[in-house]
Order: sequence, then structure tokens, then C-alpha cells
Amino acid sequence: MDSSQLYGIASIAYILAMVAYISYLAFKNSTLGVIATTITAVGFVSHTLAFFLRWKEFYDIEQMGILRATPLTNLYESLIFFVWCLILGYLIIEWKYKNRSFGAFVTPIAGMALAFIDISGMSKGIQPLVPALQSNWLLAHVTMSFLSYAAFAISFATALMYLIVTTDDKKSGAYIFWTVALGTFMSVLIAMGLDFLTFKIAVKTPEAFIQSYLFKASYRSSSGAVVLISYIASAVFIFLIWKYGFILKKMITSFSISEDMLDDLTYKNIAIGFPIFTLGGLIFGAIWADQAWGKYWSWDPKETWSLITWFVYAFYLHARFLRGWRGSKIAMVAVIGFVCTVFTYLGVNLLLSGLHSYGGQ
Amino acid sequence: MSDNKRNQSIVDRIWNFFSSITLAVVVFTVISLTSIVGTIIEQQAEPERSIKLLSKMFGDAAPGVYKVLDALGFTNMYHSWWFFALLFIFAANLVICSLDRLPKIWKLVKEPIKPLNPEQFNVMPIKREAQLKAGPDEVKGTVEAALKKIGYRPLTRREDGSIQIYAEKGRHSRLGVYIVHFSILVILIGAVIGMLFGFNGSLNLLEGTTSSAAYQGNGTAYPLGFEIRCDDFEVSFYDNSDAPKAYKSWLTIIDNGKEVIKKEIDVNNPLKYKGITFYQASYGFSPNKDSLFRFAVMSNAGVVQNIQIKFGESFEIPGTKIVGKVAGFSPALGQDETGRLFTYAEMMNNPAALVEFTEGGKLKYKQWILKRYPQTWKVQDGTVEFKDLWGAQYTGLQVRKDPGVWIVYLGSILMALGLFAAFFMSHSRVWIKLSDEKKTAKVSVAASTNKNKISFEQKIDKFIKTVTG
Repeated sequence: MDSSQLYGIASIAYILAMVAYISYLAFKNSTLGVIATTITAVGFVSHTLAFFLRWKEFYDIEQMGILRATPLTNLYESLIFFVWCLILGYLIIEWKYKNRSFGAFVTPIAGMALAFIDISGMSKGIQPLVPALQSNWLLAHVTMSFLSYAAFAISFATALMYLIVTTDDKKSGAYIFWTVALGTFMSVLIAMGLDFLTFKIAVKTPEAFIQSYLFKASYRSSSGAVVLISYIASAVFIFLIWKYGFILKKMITSFSISEDMLDDLTYKNIAIGFPIFTLGGLIFGAIWADQAWGKYWSWDPKETWSLITWFVYAFYLHARFLRGWRGSKIAMVAVIGFVCTVFTYLGVNLLLSGLHSYGGQ
Repeated sequence: MSDNKRNQSIVDRIWNFFSSITLAVVVFTVISLTSIVGTIIEQQAEPERSIKLLSKMFGDAAPGVYKVLDALGFTNMYHSWWFFALLFIFAANLVICSLDRLPKIWKLVKEPIKPLNPEQFNVMPIKREAQLKAGPDEVKGTVEAALKKIGYRPLTRREDGSIQIYAEKGRHSRLGVYIVHFSILVILIGAVIGMLFGFNGSLNLLEGTTSSAAYQGNGTAYPLGFEIRCDDFEVSFYDNSDAPKAYKSWLTIIDNGKEVIKKEIDVNNPLKYKGITFYQASYGFSPNKDSLFRFAVMSNAGVVQNIQIKFGESFEIPGTKIVGKVAGFSPALGQDETGRLFTYAEMMNNPAALVEFTEGGKLKYKQWILKRYPQTWKVQDGTVEFKDLWGAQYTGLQVRKDPGVWIVYLGSILMALGLFAAFFMSHSRVWIKLSDEKKTAKVSVAASTNKNKISFEQKIDKFIKTVTG
């Protein structure tokens, strides 16, 4: 068995777990909850094995020292590692708080990352290490960056849950904010699912789709009508969430989750993610850039966006401690922070050019 | 008098302006938003490129939009005066906000823990009580031992009828936030020093050539104060592919006519001399009539000879009458499906020399000899190992002098320490009062922490368990 098969098992497990967690939230059937946790754990074990196996495979190919053969050198490997960190963080929370309802909010993030891998046509193979990446800083910089991204992802999920639980007034800014955020997130997830169904299953030769077919079944379809329908459908979907958001609130509150606990979890994940991000992402990144390129900071888009992300989370922490911001205001900042994180990670690689270009393949 | 008052109010007003959180929020937001523009418009790029990009968003108005953005400095915004001004306001805000709050925290940090009077004891956020069947003096030892075990150094004060044991941990961690703020300032100072007294440029050096200057983007020469020579440059590839494995330059530093350093550099491994660092950044190929083909020629009898010749010159296979001559060259020789040879890249991805062999002036045979493929080296009358085409590639060096970089590193270390103190340490305090109540000891615990109250409460509960057994 090689690493890609084990990754495959993990991916399927996480997608199934996502379905199970969402059904568990909807039907409150405890058997479903146990099944969801079991599937997630199985996926996680398989994923961990896959990671180390790939490390070994990479090492055998590169012959460059074990620390430099970390399988974290392209977009595929980094995304799959992000999912690993996310699931690890989630399992710790589920175990510590003895509450499974978070799963319905965290596993879709993993599902989205996995769907994105499959439909963006990114290369899954082990690629030889380009000279710029041959450094011992790779391990520290990349692992810490993704650990912090995962912590931010969890804070995003709990902040969103907080907003769902605390807002009632359909006309309040916070209510509109979370319904639009969740609606957009779900629309994107569904659009990816459609891509998956129309292309991945229908087209048997993956070579035909070297190019990305992300959103080709919806927002980026060649048919104008499909594009229009997709946007209208998303808008209707967001409207429905806005209209029936209180049902979601009822579902979550039935799991004995208090507002304070969600607020505290959001804060804790940011308080863990922020220092790791600062040290591993920004400082180690700068040191590495200094040693490889002779510039510790060059305002390359990746650096600039990580600084923006850093500002947003720094703002979160200051608003909380100095202004005593609590509640929905601060939860919205946490949600925005994760949007910036995603852009730093994916948006920059896919849309903007710069020194971090090897992350785009 | 009135003059003095007015002056004071201006200072106050400036102080209040810079110490406001609102300013911090505005500066954060403005820096972020303008930076986003800077990540979309490629910085210091050719105008045509940017206009092409802008025309996707603005159509025919693109050249006009570009002119406006250019006039506002957005095409090189991170070096524009207004961006520096924003960073300066950010720094000033940081300093003054910190100074504003520091005295209060400093007092807390300077003052060690004191025993509490009953009123203070009662209002502490964490309170616990327990009864023990022993006298306070016996319990005292157990409590102290238990405190030491979890990392506290307990102090004691005897009051009438009771003993107060108190201890604290992580008092200095309260400074963590200020260390982080200070470190940002240190990093910014390091960056400014680098900008004022440093140099950032590049240097292309053909194999075998020497330079005593590097060049800035606009072509200005910067004298190095010594000479640097490129002895060789080479790209190595992963087996059977064109994926580069390493870019390597062999450099020599010549100071006052003497060779002082010889070093092989690659991408993550620069050369440093007299405060100037040379980084492997790029490379290029520019063959010329002086470029040398380097071969190791071996006859079938086993006699080896190293040869270097220019294009068109000839050599002899040692001990024979066979003469070889380089008649053709391709930097990247490839073969299409029909077997036709062609050059597939402009760089030396797969260098190949076409060598013609003659005997007594008559062409005997010719053969392509490929540097990367030893199986092509064997010819009828011996072996011709293609070692290099030297003097045809140049190394692209990034040249930097940055006297501020160590300050930036220092700031980074400070920031790491500050972050650790700010996020992973807390200032916790415990007071334990032992009072005598009819042959039993009443243990009252009061405690406080500035962070992570829930897990600290669990710690206190565990501590009480160890004391009560």
C-alpha cells in the first residue's frame, strides 16, 4: 500500500464524517455521532500513516536528508497537511469538551479542502524539490504555518457557531453577517460538489482535465444561463439561511453548548494560532527569505497578505483585551480573520504572482 | 503662564491622538487596504504589463487608471512616502499606547506578592475551603511542599491565630505584551537602518570574469571595495528530467590582489565578505567565441588527457592519429518522435557537442556527445567525456549589504520571547490561610490569575486534593 491509497482512504473517511456529523446535528441521533467520530478517527490514523509513508517515499527519491524530505512542498501536500492539522485540532476539542456538534462545522472545511484538491486538477505526485525549497527552514516554516491555519479554521467554525447561537434579530448586522458568510461558504461547497459530480465522475481520463475545472459546473460555466442560475441559486440559498437561521440556532443550542464556551474556544484557538503564525509563518519565513534571497521582507503578495491576516488577528486580541469587546462584534472579526487566512494561503497562490510561486502548481 | 498651559494642551492633544485605539484601528485598516492594492498591481513592473492587467477590470480606461495609480505611488507603493508615513504613524501609535499603559503594569511587575488582609482575601476571584484534622503548624509543611511541587516558592506570615502562606508564579510574564510591542519597534528600526545605510543590487558574472562593483535596478554602480570572480557556474538536474536540482556558483573573492575566499554557493547558501552578501539568484546563457569546451579524452589504450578548446578548434585522441573537432553545439539537445534532433531550450539543459573525427584529413565519423549522458561519450577510437562548456554561462547574483539585519534578527528573537510570555505564561497568585478551629485546621484558599482561569481553577482543586490527601 502506498501513501496515495492511504490518503484516498482518509479523504473518503472525512467526507463521510462530514455527512455523518451534519446528520447528527440535524437528527440528534447519538449512534450517528459515534459513527461520525469513529470514521473521523479511522481517517485520521490512515492520514497520519500516509503522511509518514510519503515522507519516506520522498526521502528515497530526494536523497537529501530526512528533514528536507518533508512532504510539504506543493499545494497538494500543504492542503492535505492543513486538513490533518484541522482534524487533529477538532478531535482534541471533541475529546476535551465531550461535544460532537462542532464536527458539523469543522469537517465541512476539511471537505472543502479535499474537494478543492480533486477538482482544481493540481498535481498529486511527488515533485522533485526545487533549489529554493532545499532548506531546513522548510519543515519549521511550513508546519507551523499550517498548524496556525488549522487553529484559525477552528476559530472560524466556533465564531460562526457563536453568531448563530447569539443572534435573533433578522435585521441586525451580525445576523446578516453570519447568514451571508455561512450561505456563501455552503454555496461554494455545493458548487464544488457539483463540479465533482459533473466532471470527476463523468470524465474518466484525468489527463483531459489538467486545467482546473473549479466552478466550471456553476459560476464559471461556458453557458451564460448556467452562470446566471448559479448566482441566483446561491442568492436564494443565502436568503433561505437568512429566513430560517433560527432552526440552526435551535439545533446547536440543543447540544448544551453555551455562548461563553464558544467565545472561549474562539479566543483559545486564536491565542494558540496567533503566536505560532507570527513565529513560524512570519519570523521563520523572513529568516528563510533572508538566507535564500537576501531579503527578509520584500512585500511579495504572500508576505503582504500574511501581514494583513496578522493585523486582523492582532486587532481581535486588542479589541478583546483593551476594548473589552465580547460577543458578536468580536466573533465577526474572527470570521474575517479566517477569510484573510484563506486568501493568504490559496488566493495569493492562485490569483497573484510572486516569489511563493511553487505553491501554485 | 497661559502660554505654558496652551503648550501643554497641544502636547496632550498630540499624545491623546497617538495613544488612541481608534488611530490604531484606522492605521491597521489603511495599511491593510492599501497593501491589498499593492498585491494586485505588480510592483515596479513594466507599465505595459500593469495596463494589460488593468484593462481586464477597467477596459479602455486602463491607461488613465494606470496614470492615476502611478501618480499616487501605487506602482511602487511600499517605497512611497505615504506608505512610510503610515508605518511611522503605526510605530508612533505603538510606542505611545505602550507607554500609556506601561506604568500600571510596571508597578504590578515590580511589586512582589504580599499577604492579604481579610477584605482583600474575600474578594479574590477563586476561593476554596477545606478542613483538616491536624494543627495548622503540621498542615503548614504539607502545604508548602505541595506548593513547591507545582513550581511555587511559598512565603509565610504568622498572624494572630492563623498562618498565611502565599506564593506567585510568572509575574514577569505580564511584560510579554510590551516586549512584543517593543520588538516590532526594534524590527522597524533595523529595517530603517538597512534602508539608509544598506545596498541592494545585482551582479551578472560570466564564468571566468571579475567585477569590483554591483548594480542597482537603475544601473547605478556600487563599488564593492574588493573584487569577485566567478570561476564556474553549473545547474544540476534530477536524473532524466529537466527539473533543476541545484544552481551552483564557484566564487573567489580577491582583496588587494590576493585571493582571500573561495566558496561554492547555492540558493540557500550565500557567500559573505566584509558585510556584503552574495546570493545565488538567477543565471543565464551567453555563449561567445571564447567559450571553452572541456573534454577528458581517453584512448582505447587507456591514456587520458584533459583538453580545452574553442569552437572549431581540434584535438588529438592521445597516442593515435585521430583528430576531433567541435563542429556543432546545442545547449539543450532533444529528439522528436521521428528521431530528428532539435534544440528544445535556451539554457544549458542538455548541452551537446557534435564532434567530427578525421584521420589524415579525411572525415571518419561524427558523433553527438552529451554532457549529461555518459553512454554518448564512447566513440570508435576512445572515450570523449564532455565535462563542461566553460565561459558560456553567467551567474546572477543578488548582492546585499544590510547593516540593520542583525537588529531585525534581535527584534525577532525578542518577539518570540515576548509572544511566549504573552500567550503561554500567566501570572498566578495563591494565598492560603490556615486557622486553628477546635483541633482541626481550616484551610482557606484564595487565588487569582491573569489568564486561562478555568485551567488554573482545576490546578487549585488538584492542589487542595494533594494537601487533604
